[in-house]
Amino acid sequence: MATATAPASAPPARSKETALNKAGDWARRAPLLPALIFVIAMTQLPFLATIVISFMNWNAYYPKERGFTGFDNYVAVFTDTNARSAVIVTIVLTVSVVLICLVLGLAIALLLDRKFRGRGVVRTLMITPFLIVPVAAALLWKHALYNPEYGLFNGVLKWLFGENAPQPDWISNNPLLAIIVAISWQWTPFMMLILLAGLQSRPLDVVEAARIDGASTWQIFTHMTLPHLRQYIELAGLLGAIYVVQNFDHVFTITSGGLGTANLPYFIYQTFYTAQDYGRASAAGVVVVIGTIIIATAALRTVFSLFREESR
Amino acid sequence: MSTTTRQDTGVAPGGEQRARSGAVTHAKPPRSGMLLSLLAWVVGLLFALPVFWMVLTSFHSEADAATNPPSVFAPLSLEGYRTFFGSDPWPALLNSLTASVLSTVLVLVLAFPAAYALSIRPVRKWTDVMFFFLSTKMLPVVAGILPLYLFAQKAHLLDNIWWLILLYTTMNLPIAVWMLRSFLAEVSVEMLEAAEVDGASLSRTLREIVAPVVMPGIASAALICFIFSWNELLLARVLTSTVAATSPVYLTGFVTSQGLFLAKVCAASLVVSLPVLAAGFAAQDKLVQGLSMGAVK
Repeated sequence: MATATAPASAPPARSKETALNKAGDWARRAPLLPALIFVIAMTQLPFLATIVISFMNWNAYYPKERGFTGFDNYVAVFTDTNARSAVIVTIVLTVSVVLICLVLGLAIALLLDRKFRGRGVVRTLMITPFLIVPVAAALLWKHALYNPEYGLFNGVLKWLFGENAPQPDWISNNPLLAIIVAISWQWTPFMMLILLAGLQSRPLDVVEAARIDGASTWQIFTHMTLPHLRQYIELAGLLGAIYVVQNFDHVFTITSGGLGTANLPYFIYQTFYTAQDYGRASAAGVVVVIGTIIIATAALRTVFSLFREESR
Repeated sequence: MSTTTRQDTGVAPGGEQRARSGAVTHAKPPRSGMLLSLLAWVVGLLFALPVFWMVLTSFHSEADAATNPPSVFAPLSLEGYRTFFGSDPWPALLNSLTASVLSTVLVLVLAFPAAYALSIRPVRKWTDVMFFFLSTKMLPVVAGILPLYLFAQKAHLLDNIWWLILLYTTMNLPIAVWMLRSFLAEVSVEMLEAAEVDGASLSRTLREIVAPVVMPGIASAALICFIFSWNELLLARVLTSTVAATSPVYLTGFVTSQGLFLAKVCAASLVVSLPVLAAGFAAQDKLVQGLSMGAVK
């Protein structure tokens, strides 16, 4: 990033030309600067502040004890069972949602890649979950579907098996699973849309030729469709992971972080907003960022390769 | 897998190809095609079922909404909507509208010139800049939310819609820069140079050469920025309270511990989701472009 604004290293031959070059460089940069400066100011400065606060003993309930404490907050984060559980929940939540969504999304994309009556309608039906405001969707799952007394799931069980039907308390029995299902419902359409776009960009004449050469449907899928889709799968997985890692709405709405479902965003929210422990919340925030950077560096490369091919 | 069925319906262009596929179709009985179509319908309906259920419940009375087994054919009622609109949701809806529209406008105003400087006359190391923009999307909101809160507290910006607008702009700007760049990269450089030689003004060049290529990208970016701002909960929840609270914040406070509330929660959820549903249905293709940040067109 810093390199982008570094002055041009022009040879010191003719100073007039150098000045012109510089002016030209600045003319090129000028349109970029407002957006760049804005983003730096609004994302990097707060993060720097988070790093500073993470080394402080700062609880808003005890303002007089404010001061620097070195790595105490980090020690606290790594030894706190709640924090460790939040890390695990975040990983389990993100990995399972992304995998479920990718598998379902791919299967549904394959179904929708065929011409059939009402394909447009089915596609529209499929997109609907993604267009429900996440809080609203979480409320819908919690109260209208999962609720043990009047939710639709137990209602259907009663329809099917009569008065003695089992009436499980879906959220209390499997709190994390309940959240995973609700989030997957919203993100499967997203993955499906990207994978469907990938399927439709597939060169059909090659597939046709392979079929004539006697390749089976399965062979075509594993040897032609999947390799072609790889980049789209990676893109969908990466973008999905970026959003699911940060999920707050579903955890907040469905369980309020209870029953062992608090993920890192919720844990930090709670530490800073409810417990007012600014130092520890910041340390947890820094840990999240370091974890994200490690995962994202690998993932970013794949995205760049996709964009490079698209823009050829 | 899809080619045979695709040509079952006879849409393949060219008689030769159709004749060829005729031979192939024999390999796969049409019945399996029917089954797959049926399966697609079932899956689509299953995914939309919770939404249908929400719509139906929102039009039932509270008493009918809370029965088990559910009373599907109970008489329709506007009780839920009456309760929702009676609870004065307008400030929250208006706040959401203000925050989403203004932040989207701000995003586009900032992102277009930036994307221009990253594609048509690219600055040195433009990929580094793109990388930086994307990396800010990986920076979880929670990592910066405390300083943003403390700053707002000092600057008296807590519960102020403008602070939220600026933060939503930050949140969506990288997406818009990526999208618009991928569209601007398709603008023909030869035509731009020709326009320059002919002495066309900047506004004319933008209008006649750049705009036709980039307009779809601007529309996709606007759609996705609007949706993400409209949906946002965490920042709004932490940074607003009464004056500037947005619809998602309003929704979280709508569930009461006493009495029945299912119908009114469904009504409220549906009303709050309506703008997103309308925008998303109207521009399904734009949705894909926007979500993939322009990588998929």
